[in-house]
Order: sequence, then structure tokens, then C-alpha cells
Amino acid sequence: MPTAAPDAPLTSTSIDGAIDHLQATYPEAVSADDREGYGGIIVDSAQLLDIAQVIRDELGFDYLSSATAVDYLGAGDHMEMVYHAYRSSGGGALVFKAQTERDNAEIPSLVSVWRGADFQEREAWDLYGIHFPGHPNLKRILMWEGFHGHPMRKDWREAYYEEEQKPFDSRWPGGHVHRAEEKNVFGKNVNYPREIDLSRLMDTSESAVYQSLGLGVDVERVMDKDGFETNELVVNMGPHHPSTHGVFRMVLTVDGETVTSLEPVMGYLHRNHEKIGERNTYLHNIPFTDRLDYISSMGNNHGYVLAVEQLLSLGRRYNEPTYRCEALRVLMVELSRIVNHLWAIGFWLNDIGAFFTPVLYFIQERERILDFFEAVAGSRMMCNYMRFGGLFGDLPERIKSVSNLTNDRVRDYNTMQFLTEMFSERIPRTIDELEQLLTQNEILIERSVGVGVLSAEDAINYSAAGPLLRGSGVPYDIRRADPYSIYDELDFDVAVEDAGDMYARYRVRVKELRESVRILRQILPRLEATKGQSIWADGKPGAYAPRVPHGEAYGRVENGKGELGYYIVSAGGKSGTSNPWRYHVRAPSFINLTPMGIMSQGYKVADIVGILGSIDIVLGETDR
Amino acid sequence: MYGTGLAKGLMLTLRHFVDSYIDDIRYGFRKYSHSVDNFGIRQGTQTKGVITVQYPDEKVAVPERFRFVPFLIVEDEDHPTRAGKDWCTSCGICAKVCPPQCIWIVRGNDPDTGRPVPEPEAFFIDIDICMNCGYCAEYCPFDAIKMDHDYELASYDRTTHHIHDKERLSKPNSYWRSIAPTRAYEEMLARGTWEHKDAAKEARRGQSASRSSAPRPAAKAAPAPAEKEEAQATPEPAVSAAPAAAADGATPWSEDDAKREERRRKALERKARRAAKSGG
Ligand code: SF4
Ligand code: SF4
Repeated sequence: MPTAAPDAPLTSTSIDGAIDHLQATYPEAVSADDREGYGGIIVDSAQLLDIAQVIRDELGFDYLSSATAVDYLGAGDHMEMVYHAYRSSGGGALVFKAQTERDNAEIPSLVSVWRGADFQEREAWDLYGIHFPGHPNLKRILMWEGFHGHPMRKDWREAYYEEEQKPFDSRWPGGHVHRAEEKNVFGKNVNYPREIDLSRLMDTSESAVYQSLGLGVDVERVMDKDGFETNELVVNMGPHHPSTHGVFRMVLTVDGETVTSLEPVMGYLHRNHEKIGERNTYLHNIPFTDRLDYISSMGNNHGYVLAVEQLLSLGRRYNEPTYRCEALRVLMVELSRIVNHLWAIGFWLNDIGAFFTPVLYFIQERERILDFFEAVAGSRMMCNYMRFGGLFGDLPERIKSVSNLTNDRVRDYNTMQFLTEMFSERIPRTIDELEQLLTQNEILIERSVGVGVLSAEDAINYSAAGPLLRGSGVPYDIRRADPYSIYDELDFDVAVEDAGDMYARYRVRVKELRESVRILRQILPRLEATKGQSIWADGKPGAYAPRVPHGEAYGRVENGKGELGYYIVSAGGKSGTSNPWRYHVRAPSFINLTPMGIMSQGYKVADIVGILGSIDIVLGETDR
Repeated sequence: MYGTGLAKGLMLTLRHFVDSYIDDIRYGFRKYSHSVDNFGIRQGTQTKGVITVQYPDEKVAVPERFRFVPFLIVEDEDHPTRAGKDWCTSCGICAKVCPPQCIWIVRGNDPDTGRPVPEPEAFFIDIDICMNCGYCAEYCPFDAIKMDHDYELASYDRTTHHIHDKERLSKPNSYWRSIAPTRAYEEMLARGTWEHKDAAKEARRGQSASRSSAPRPAAKAAPAPAEKEEAQATPEPAVSAAPAAAADGATPWSEDDAKREERRRKALERKARRAAKSGG
């Protein structure tokens, strides 16, 4: 690849040009990552902070998409932080890495460069035990304070540990069934450090939360800005609170009714999805991704298969998906986007007081879309539809239910006709009604205009994604900025609004609903034209245990809630492997909470519920 | 004027309210009857207003591909001579592809020789753990395990009812054909016979004498007309793939070779770049 002409501004050089520039400027500290199937650069962690500044300011990679750790136990025995930085103007990733020992792992914090690294570094500390000097608030984020060990490390074993990798030998041919808890009784499956006396164990996790808010006591008498004496106090919203859309907690300090600081507390639904993913085979992970953002499982599948397909394409035996397969994928993910946005708007309205009337209107359309998913993929929400290089199945000719022992009702629609009617009548009508019902509604406008403001600079710097980012005036949509699948030939506009408040996010979602319908209308003729084409390049379904070559891949898609990325490392030898070494999910719901604190400051307690709703999170993905 | 937005919204709610009753009248209050076709109308794209399904008095029909915990297929009236025999050969593939590893299979052994025989001695599925992903049915090479439609499995005691053994799992082939006629027909076409592959082999090999009672070859086992029509409407994807694709290269959506070649070339280029980097 030619490097950029010397007089071209550095902020628009190619990725290779940027790497060359870094290598020229820091010959000692920057080296190419030359492991087989890897890319990007390895940076000496002593100079990481300086180089990160250069990457952001001089080279223009202002958006830190993902920062995650990998444990190379037995393969170099080091820890590695992997960063994917993008330009908010579009283009590919600059991947850079920093390595450290496994014992006393330490890498400088990049929070001062990209605030978006905040939660991600806390996660790396929590799950991998990497210390980040310079991090303003380094404590556990998914596990509780006081948890023993760092569960994503390769030598950490879960309570019902059986084997390093699936499939387990005990299942076949001598599969005498037992329950895990029979062999490993609950309570006896936990190791406590020897010095701990269980009877005197104190829960210190709470005081850590309060201290990070700068509080020693619960209530303090203060003067407010107008000179009135008020009380400053701590309010816990959640974990069991109807507004939090799941088990999620916000600890706020309020001065009267005004929020002075807010800290999200999460992890109540944590199940170490990534550890499970590393025990699984590549194929096993697809249905597990359904359970991340369970509103848009099709999109989750898509990101994951894209990442694994990137790795598979390094090997010899790999066929690109056929055009029909790509068209079907886009059909499914755009339908999920519609479901996601209808759901997000509906529940946000619930949060600000339009209780259930609008959301039930939207759910009628959602039901029909889910009926369609069920007829095609077999399940309404846990679709498990995409496969590496293909799909579970083509569209059925008819959406049909037969009467039998478990059914007493029958329906039978022509699939294409059903879709045509949905795209030309029902969904556009619902969007129109949605606007008629709400866009000019005075109460809605008063509640949401100017509330929960996030500026464009902050949105980028905090790694906000999806409607949260675009609602702050940043026209960044991965389908356009870094196109995948067949999006580059589809005609649609990136929805963007400048105000950065709750209302702007609402408007972005409505626009995206319309754009999705526009895309879907372009998909229909493509489906007609490819009728009869196989969804598999070689006409037959892929293998159940594909061998994935050595390497790393980062697959990302624009999901309803924002950028969903999967960082996958395959440590296979010559013939590849069928279990991933590293499986990381860059969850938009999780990272979009990073700016929640600054978005809430100065607003009233009652607005917090709406602000959270306007971000649109789902806890299955936040907590993983 | 302040309040117009509100008023517009209220008009809309009123319309929805009225629409629900208009639909009642339009369909002659048939939603309260058990006539079979009204459900199709009410759940279709033409209806307006809201619909309530009076579960458990009525249930929404589930489509053929619907998947709930799996069951094992055993032969029944199709094969009167060996009704109750498993289709499963205990090859173990379903146990390997099962993501939460909830399938347990004990492979059968011949009591005399001690060698494995192609049928399971025991077969368990822990339905508490099963995530209804459908992989077992998708990857079973013998069409022996299928996803069920029966989703009402709640019980009072998980320790006694939730590990399904072979007896609980087994359902006759005719049941599969009743819940998923199209799929069953497609599978029959792929296999070439309504029977299990092995049974067909045996039938061909030795039992020509007792044809009358033995399983019939596929050609004679003409499917019911409805099934046939259905299956023809759903062509096997693999069969008719290539020709349509190559014919028309001008439209952007036809699978044009040059374009695929281009994508493949790009992938290789990426690979070469990476390789070059690792070289230097
Ligand atoms: S894959 Fe099919 S034949 Fe093999 S063990 Fe499972 S059910 Fe039996
Ligand atoms: S449906 Fe999925 S989880 Fe359930 S038994 Fe089959 S493979 Fe396992």
C-alpha cells in the first residue's frame, strides 16, 4: 500500500500511512504486530499515553471503539490490551496493543485521552486484573468489590467447571446424565482465601461506591446556588426499579431535586458471557449472542458471523456468502432495527409518563415482525438465524401454521406478500401514527427538549454510539462509515440531529425507522431476483465444527442500540481450531452508559428516568 | 396553539379504539368463535385494531419451523414391522453441537461382541438447560431428532420431571409429519424414502420376499396431495441454485461472478498485506 503523500494532512492518511508515521516518530516504541493473522501495531506501554495522544490529535482517530484485554497464558504468557480507534469521519480501524506481564499487570490508563476507555478499563481490571495507573475511578464494574480473582483469566475456573472446552467428553458415548450441582454442591463450589473468616465478612462494595462520589455520609446540609439551605443526599435508583428496564442501579447525589452526580452500578445480570464463549465452539456462540441484546438478536448474530467470517476468509476453504444470503441478512437486521426502535421509543415514553398506550400500538407491528421471524428462524426473539457463510434456512414460501395436536389455530400467508404489505402499508402507517401521536405533543416536547444534553465532542470522546451519538450531531453510522454486507449499494441517509437532547434522540430513531423501511423496500426486489439462489455458496450447509485459522478479527455492525463489535482471537495451529481463544463483545448498551453521569448533571431526579430511557439500554448486553 | 399536538394524539387513540370494534363487526364477531380462518385474518396484515388471544382457551398457532425442546423420532405405522425403533444411530453429533451441552447419550453395545451398535442405549436431554437453539435437529445427519411444538412443559418439581429420558423423548414419525409436513416432505425427498436410511438399505438388501409387509419404497408412498403441493411450493434450495444466478449479470443483485471474484481478491489482498507485514 502506498503511504499518503507527504503534504496530505495526517488526519486523513490511510491506516497504513498512520502506522508508518507512528513507526517513524517512535521507532523504539512502536512495532508492527507480525503474528500470523494479526494486524496493527504493538506499542511499548511506557509510551502508550504519548502515542495515544498522537493517535487522537495528530492522526485524527478520535473515536475509541473498543478496548479490551486478552490473556495469552501458554502463548507468550503475557496480558495484552487491544484498542480499536476509528475516525468519526469514517474509515477503518487503527488497531494498537500494549503488553504487560501476567503478574502485577499494569498498563497506563487512556481515560485522559478517550473518556470512552473508562468503563472498558474498569472491565479489564475486573475480569483480567490489569491495573491502570491514572484511571480516575478504578474499581470493579461487573463483579462486586471483594470478589476473589479475575474471572476471564485463562487459569480461573468457574464454579461448575468441567473441561476447558466444549464438547465435553462426558456427554457421549458414555453419557450417564447427572446435574452439575449434584457433583458440585452449591456452597461447596466456592474457594475462600484462607485468611478470611466467613462469620466476620463485611461487605465493602457499598462504601466504595459512595466514596467514589466523594461522600462520607448520606445526608449533608449544603447551600444551593441561590443561597437556600438544602440537603445533599444520596439516592439509590434501582437495582429493582421499574425505570431501569432490568436490574440496574444508579447512585445519585442530589441537591434538593437537582442531580449533582450520578454513577451507574451494574453487573446484576452478569453471567460471564465471554468466558462461556471461550469454552464454546465457534458455532455454539451464535445462539448465545441472541441473549445479549435480546430485542435484536438478528443484529447480534450478524456481528458475530461477520467477525468469524473475517477469520475464516484467511483460510483456504472459505466461500463468501451468496448475494441472496446477504440480502436476507439485511432484511432481518433492518426488521430488528425497526423492532428495536419501536421498543426503545415506546418504553422511553413509558418512562416519561405516556404510560403504555403508544407502546402497545407499536407492539402490534412488532408482533407481526416477530411472527415472521418465528416462521423463518423458528423463534421470535432467540432467532439463532445466521451461520458462518450462510443462514439457518431460506424464507419459507408461506408463513403457515398447521392445525395439529398442539395448535388449534391456522394461518397461512404468502411470505413475500406479507412482507410487501408490511413494508408498503403497515410499518409506514405505524410510523406516521407515531409521529402524529407524539412529535408535536406539547407534554413530550416540554419533558424532553433541552434535557439530558450531550455535546458532539463529548459524545465522540465518551465513545457513545448509535442514536445517542447521532442525536448529538455526529453523522456516524457504521453502515455508511465502514460499510459491511451489501449496505454500500443500498440507498439510505444517515439520520442525525444536532441538539443532543432526549428529543433529538427520539427524532433520530423516528428517522431511522423511515430509513429502515426505505432499505427494506430495496431488499424486496433483490429477494425476488435471487429467488432460487442458494443461501450457501457451494449449495450445501456449512460444517458444524469449522476450523478457524490463526488470527484476530474485529467484526462490527450498526445495531439498533449502537455499535456492536466482536473481537475474536483464534489460536489455532496449522489446521485451525473450532474454539475461540478470545471472544469479546463490545456492547453498545454498556459503553453508552459511560456518559450517563455527565448527561444527568444539573437535571431533576424525574428526568433521570427519561435520560436513561433515551439512551436505550438492555441489561442482557450491558452486564453480559 | 398550545394543545393541538395533544388533541391530535387523542384523536388517534380514539380511532384505534373504534377500529377494534369495527373489526369485530367486520368479521362478524367471529373472533369469539372457534372457526379456524378468522385467526388468520386477525393476525394478518389487513386487520386494524387490537387483538387479544384468550390463552389458554385459544392458542396462537405456531409455524412449522417453531422450535421447542427436541424429541426423538421412532418408527411407527410407516414401518409396521419395527414400530418403536429409534432412528437415532447414537452418532453423537447432536451432543457435540449442543451449545449448553445438555444432551447425554449412552451408545449401545452389542452384548455378545461388545462392539458399538448404531442405536442409543440411553438418551437424556436436560430441558432446564436446553436453550431451544435447534442445532441438534439441524445437524443430525439421520433426521432422528426434531424440535417439538409442545411448549407447555411446566411442572411442579424440576428435580423429577426435567431430565427427559429416551422414553419421554420418543415420538412417532407420524407426529413429526403432522407438525411439520413441509419439512418432513423435503427430508423425504432428500433421503429418497419415507423411512430411515438404514431401514431402506435393509429393505433393498434382503427382504424383497416379504415386500408386502415391509416398508414400501418411496415412489409408491405417494404423499397426500396437500403435502405435495406444499413441498413443491418450497423448492429445495440446493437444487435450483446455480442457473438463475449466472443468467443475468447486469442487475446488481444477481450473483455475478466478477463481483464475487473481486470480493475474494480483496480478502486475499488483505491477507497478503498481513502476511507481508509479518514477513518484514
Ligand atoms: S445426531 Fe441424530 S443420530 Fe446422531 S446421536 Fe444425535 S439424534 Fe442420534
Ligand atoms: S435445542 Fe439446542 S440446546 Fe436444546 S438439546 Fe438441541 S442443541 Fe441442545
